[in-house]
Amino acid sequence: MAELFSEAVLRLIYLVAAILFIQGLRDMTHPRTAVRGNLTSAGGMFVAVAATVLWFEILSPAVLVGGLALGGLVGAGLAVKVEMTEMPQLVGVFNGFGGGASALVAGAELIEVQAATFPADMAVAAAASGIIGAVTFTGSMVAAGKLHGVVTGSAIRYTGEQVVKAVLLLTALLAGAYLVVQPDLLASTLQGEFVPAFWVLLAAASVLGVMLVIPIGGADMPVVIALLNAYSGLAAAGTGFVLNNTALIIAGTLVGAAGMILTVIMCESMNRSLANVLFGGFGEEATAEEMDDIYEGNITETSPEELEMLLDTAQRVVIVPGYGMAVAQAQHAVAELAELLDEDGVEVEFGIHPVAGRMPGHMNVLLAEADVPYDMMKELEEINPTFSQTDVVIVTGANDVVNPRANESDGSPISGMPVLNVGEAGTVVVNKRSLSPGFSGIPNPLFAQDNTVMLFGDGKATMQEVVGEYKENR
Amino acid sequence: MPDVITHLTLFVLAAFLGYSIITKIPATLHTPLMSGANAITGITLVGAVVVAGSGSSTLATALGFLAVVMATINVVGGYLVSHFMLEDFHGGGR
Repeated sequence: MAELFSEAVLRLIYLVAAILFIQGLRDMTHPRTAVRGNLTSAGGMFVAVAATVLWFEILSPAVLVGGLALGGLVGAGLAVKVEMTEMPQLVGVFNGFGGGASALVAGAELIEVQAATFPADMAVAAAASGIIGAVTFTGSMVAAGKLHGVVTGSAIRYTGEQVVKAVLLLTALLAGAYLVVQPDLLASTLQGEFVPAFWVLLAAASVLGVMLVIPIGGADMPVVIALLNAYSGLAAAGTGFVLNNTALIIAGTLVGAAGMILTVIMCESMNRSLANVLFGGFGEEATAEEMDDIYEGNITETSPEELEMLLDTAQRVVIVPGYGMAVAQAQHAVAELAELLDEDGVEVEFGIHPVAGRMPGHMNVLLAEADVPYDMMKELEEINPTFSQTDVVIVTGANDVVNPRANESDGSPISGMPVLNVGEAGTVVVNKRSLSPGFSGIPNPLFAQDNTVMLFGDGKATMQEVVGEYKENR
Repeated sequence: MPDVITHLTLFVLAAFLGYSIITKIPATLHTPLMSGANAITGITLVGAVVVAGSGSSTLATALGFLAVVMATINVVGGYLVSHFMLEDFHGGGR
């Protein structure tokens, strides 16, 4: 196939694509422009891929078209079918595929190029891309499996865990180092010589990805998903160094930055270091005595009827959703309640903790799907000063993120973690199935507070009852 | 090797640019940001296309094909789910 345009033109087209990615991300800073931003970014992708397909000599168009069609069908099929509650695992799977593809491209390029002509800096990039990409692929699959309930969500720990990880990482790095020094040692090496070392690298990194994520509990997944997102970006950037392709470097780095920033935000929201999330455990087990000490005789139960009466006289209501709401699929009932209250002139807002859910911003997406207006959703710093002027707080399916023990330096696992100070409100209604501790494993003194009432029951059924009661008595 | 230096320069500048843009994105949009950013990593599809389309050895072509499939799933799926999520936010709901 004759070239339709020069390489300079191709490079300029990649520059255009990079600009479209950057503008697309800039438009994501507000929900009003975010749809446009996503389309802009997708446009950049289309331009880059189309130009590449046209420019390069296509030896096997059938392979290419087949791959594009198959991938497009699978991707679109998954995207159309997904439930909002399943979004974290799907994003995890997509992320894994991106990382895996980067690793494979780097490997294929190693095989293609003659060993003797493969410069050391490209070999370094290929090794990095292979390791990061493979870790991203298997790590994301395990994370998605945990979120989907295919793999156990609890942390699987074993003795010698850190040693196993260190050995795997070292193996991958040594294989990578072999790739780098080999051309200098044996200038006339056959290209085939590259392959075994790269396979070793991929295999070790793949197992490492599994071992890294398996010991991490389901509730820490927001950090893991964000970190893997950063990895997939870095793998793409690494592949860009291998292929001498600026579009890959810029786009991959932007994503790497996004993932790193979200990782930091998630860690800060839990007042834990990244190392603690990745290598340490979280939580002590609450002893029965400790729970009895706090809860015994101090728990007041309430009913949907009583909550309805509270809401009748309330002027300001804040709803605090947690992962329990998502699991119970209660977001539509909760949104309906908010809408009814809003119609009746009650000031309603949602207080959303950054780590409520299974990926950054998960709660917001669930609420948006249930048609909760964007300006009703408030972040922690914004909502906290308002609790003292709030009549009723409804906590649904949240636990650790409203635990006042976080504000005490008593050495509990959540000490220092920023929480929603719901206890300052007039009345706190906690909708929960039982008094069982949350992810941190510690009891919550909020439940025993004088102004707290417990509304036991399944999130969806209970909220629907409340909505029913409220409609009847309007 | 001027190329490596140029690439490193791009890498560092893109990292700073990404930092300054992404810290401005509100928490509410973090999930769509993540899936959208995720779709951008599918840019590796450009590399996959090159390898799959012009691979001269069977192994490279096979790896390239697999990479094209995986990257395309990432790109198409990532942009679509972001689009669906963002449409829910459109007009601030209701």
